[in-house]
Amino acid sequence: MDVVSLSRLQFAVATYFHFLFVPLTLGLSILVAIMETIYVRNGDEDYKRAAKFWGKLFVINFAIGIVTGITLEFQFGTNWSRYSAFVGDVFGSLLAIEATVAFFLESTFIAVWVFGWKKLSPKAHVSCIWLVALASNMSAFWILTANAWMQHPVGYTIRNGRAELTDFMAVVTQKFAILEFIHTIGGAYILAGFFVVGISAWHLLRKNEVQLFQKSFRVALAFALVFSIFEILQGHMNAEILGTTQPAKLAAMESHWETGRGVALNLIQWPDAANERNSIQAMPIPRLLSLLGFYDPNAEIRGLREFPPDERPPVLPSFLSFRAMVGLGFFFVAVTAWAWFRRERIMNSPVLLKILVWSIPLPYIACQLGWTLAEVGRQPWIVYGVMKTTDAVSPIAATQVGLSLIAFILVYGLLGAADFYLLFKYARKGPVPILAPAAAGREVIHA
Amino acid sequence: MLETTWFVLWGVLWAVYFMLDGFDLGLGILKPFLARNEEEHRIVMNTMGPFWDGNEVWLLTAGGATFAAFPGTYAVMFSALYTPLMLLLFALILRGISYEFREKEDVGWWRKTWDTSHFVGSLLPALLLGVAFANIFAGIPIDREGIFHGNLLTLLNPYGLAGGVFFVLLFSVHGALWLANKAEGALRERAQHTIRVLWIALTIVAVAFLAFTWFATSLWQNLLARPFLLLLPAVAVAGLLGTRLFVARRELWKAWFASCATIVGSTLFGVAGLYPALLPSSLDPSYSRTAFNTQSSPLTLSIMLGVALVMVPVVIAYQSWVYYRFKDPVTVKSLALEDLY
Ligand code: HDD
Ligand code: HEM
Ligand code: HEM
Repeated sequence: MDVVSLSRLQFAVATYFHFLFVPLTLGLSILVAIMETIYVRNGDEDYKRAAKFWGKLFVINFAIGIVTGITLEFQFGTNWSRYSAFVGDVFGSLLAIEATVAFFLESTFIAVWVFGWKKLSPKAHVSCIWLVALASNMSAFWILTANAWMQHPVGYTIRNGRAELTDFMAVVTQKFAILEFIHTIGGAYILAGFFVVGISAWHLLRKNEVQLFQKSFRVALAFALVFSIFEILQGHMNAEILGTTQPAKLAAMESHWETGRGVALNLIQWPDAANERNSIQAMPIPRLLSLLGFYDPNAEIRGLREFPPDERPPVLPSFLSFRAMVGLGFFFVAVTAWAWFRRERIMNSPVLLKILVWSIPLPYIACQLGWTLAEVGRQPWIVYGVMKTTDAVSPIAATQVGLSLIAFILVYGLLGAADFYLLFKYARKGPVPILAPAAAGREVIHA
Repeated sequence: MLETTWFVLWGVLWAVYFMLDGFDLGLGILKPFLARNEEEHRIVMNTMGPFWDGNEVWLLTAGGATFAAFPGTYAVMFSALYTPLMLLLFALILRGISYEFREKEDVGWWRKTWDTSHFVGSLLPALLLGVAFANIFAGIPIDREGIFHGNLLTLLNPYGLAGGVFFVLLFSVHGALWLANKAEGALRERAQHTIRVLWIALTIVAVAFLAFTWFATSLWQNLLARPFLLLLPAVAVAGLLGTRLFVARRELWKAWFASCATIVGSTLFGVAGLYPALLPSSLDPSYSRTAFNTQSSPLTLSIMLGVALVMVPVVIAYQSWVYYRFKDPVTVKSLALEDLY
């Protein structure tokens, strides 16, 4: 393989892996903060123990999020040096701001939170986890703004042979960035909600710590339900904006070949990229695609044939990842709504509880599919319409990249296995039991 | 002016990173030799526990600042140093994970695995950063396009290796000083003994490295052209002598701060000697990446300067608060009080 393919593969491995851990950090920090706040406000010890239990899982997950993020930040320089030199004026500052405003804050205060249970007042302590939640969500904002600029570059001009910033506010307030940010954290909150709901369901099925897990279940279910509904309504906006910003991606994810007006949406469809058509196409809903894309049943939607073949993204992965993500989105609304209606009788609904346990991986899959669509659908551009991925790669030897790629796969594989093992272990173990009165008494005497 | 300001900030970010993460890395190198039982291992880990992650972010910021302020340097530096940088990243991964994983399983081989990766993950970064910076001081073979004409062995030249050994010793002394302040009893005694022994080695290597620098690089000439900059190596030397003096007087915090001065002084000495280059080329000086041929546009530099002037003091303020909150020694008793696990 050449340097470009190897570097792409390496970047994909590193980001997919990073994003296995990121969304849980984004969402669980908030859930833990909510639980600890309830404890601080009304003194209910269950919520304190719950905050500690979920906090432990949070920290195990967080550790890998951090170490895999560091490699990403440096990979722009190591593997995409031509890209870095070309866009650094706009793009580099976003990464640097992310580090100074967000990473310092969360890395510092997560440690205070972990080590500070006995050193800080309850109010100061709960503020630490809120700071972590705030900081991690801010970090998402900056990195997604950087990514959105590659998807839809604004506020720059080509000067001195590179992209130079002309309008910083245009970069950080552009609609594409806001939508990408909202949609990504929405997905992250769904994921965290399902994580807590699912693990609580597992313990409820075993009648383990019923009170504590019912409370966790309630909080997280409300969270997951709200954001599942939100994500479907909001995700539509991400698709709609593509009509003007990235028409080739829109055409690829719908597998839409022929430019036309009043385009239908086919419920059943299978792309055949070699022959520039769909091999299967059935159950059309007339004019729906035009309506969804431009709020006009007769709007024109550009088809893939209009783009030169070397400017079309891979159709099958774009198409499949979009369909599967949307399908999962509807599924999330359905299960969370079902669980919400049965929340009072949840102990008598073992089937539902089992479904919730088995649903834990699904939002992970949805998030990864979303990124596949966003990034594969952007190809062959690294900066849409401005720079091709093949022009972006570093002038380095393929063997170097090959070796580092193998190292990534091995190291990440082992770390991932160890991390998921620990998550499983501590999730099953449940919260630390309350000291039996006799033992507690003994402790008092000793103290 | 903006370029020079950013050049100085760039140097300061690296210096602060070395000063802070230096003690974590050094203590990671020394832990296998200083900690004799499970309890001591945990104490050593916990003296760094609340700080190491916040310290590591200074590295991200130094890298991010290179990207934002000097993208042309960032691109060439990181792709030219591809292999050492990847090794550095993997080492940092192992180190970061070890803090979290070590305590999570009560089995011998599990702990051994993470102890070993913590050691490797601390030694390798110290060594590689030293090798990388020494090579940057001396210049590396990059051509006009920024293509690197060499391999890992090119970087492992005598001067580069001397830089690596210097960093390892510098950080080890720094880490031992941290432990001497943060532990009690036998562990503290052992740390102090280690400092006395390593200090001699460090002084010898430091003198040799400085002399080697005269022949291998043009840092000194650059400094002599602006004599007030000689203050920087003077601070480094004073710090080194001060460290030993304060250890002898058992004023351990003062000794640690003196060691900070050594680290900051040496880093800034190198950076000032480089000015205005960030990455000199050993093939032809006109191929060097400098603050005046790789910088970002004035707009980006100004925006970033605004962000840095507001945020860096804020970060320093809350990190200082954390250091202050967690200043007490870590003891067997305080381990038992830890609540989360
Ligand atoms: C700030 C920038 C940024 C951000 C936030 C992301 N990416 Fe990305 N991604 C890139 C910047 C980038 C890139 C550097 O621009 C790549 C490398 C090659 C390319 O074309 O784009 C890329 C490629 C790339 C590829 C390979 C596509 C291909 O070559 O066909 C995949 C699968 C992903 N990314 C996945 C992700 C995931 C799962 C992310 C979620 C965390 C993610 N990206 C966030
Ligand atoms: C290529 C893109 C990315 C880069 C360069 C990157 C960079 C980083 C870095 C350097 C860290 C470690 C920070 C530390 O040491 O404290 C990190 C962690 C993290 N990143 Fe990413 N990241 C990327 C993608 C993303 C995305 C898309 C998101 C969110 C939507 C995200 C959110 C986070 C979060 C929440 C963490 C958790 C740990 C932490 O911030 O300390 N990252 N990332
Ligand atoms: C009906 C529901 C949904 C629709 C219509 C939708 C639409 C989209 C579209 C069009 C994109 C591509 C944006 C781009 O390339 O610029 C996208 C990306 C993404 N989606 Fe969805 N989505 C839906 C549900 C979900 C769900 C349920 C999740 C996760 C739980 C999710 C997670 C993501 C992620 C992580 C991305 C990548 C980041 C981004 O580009 O915003 N989506 N979505």
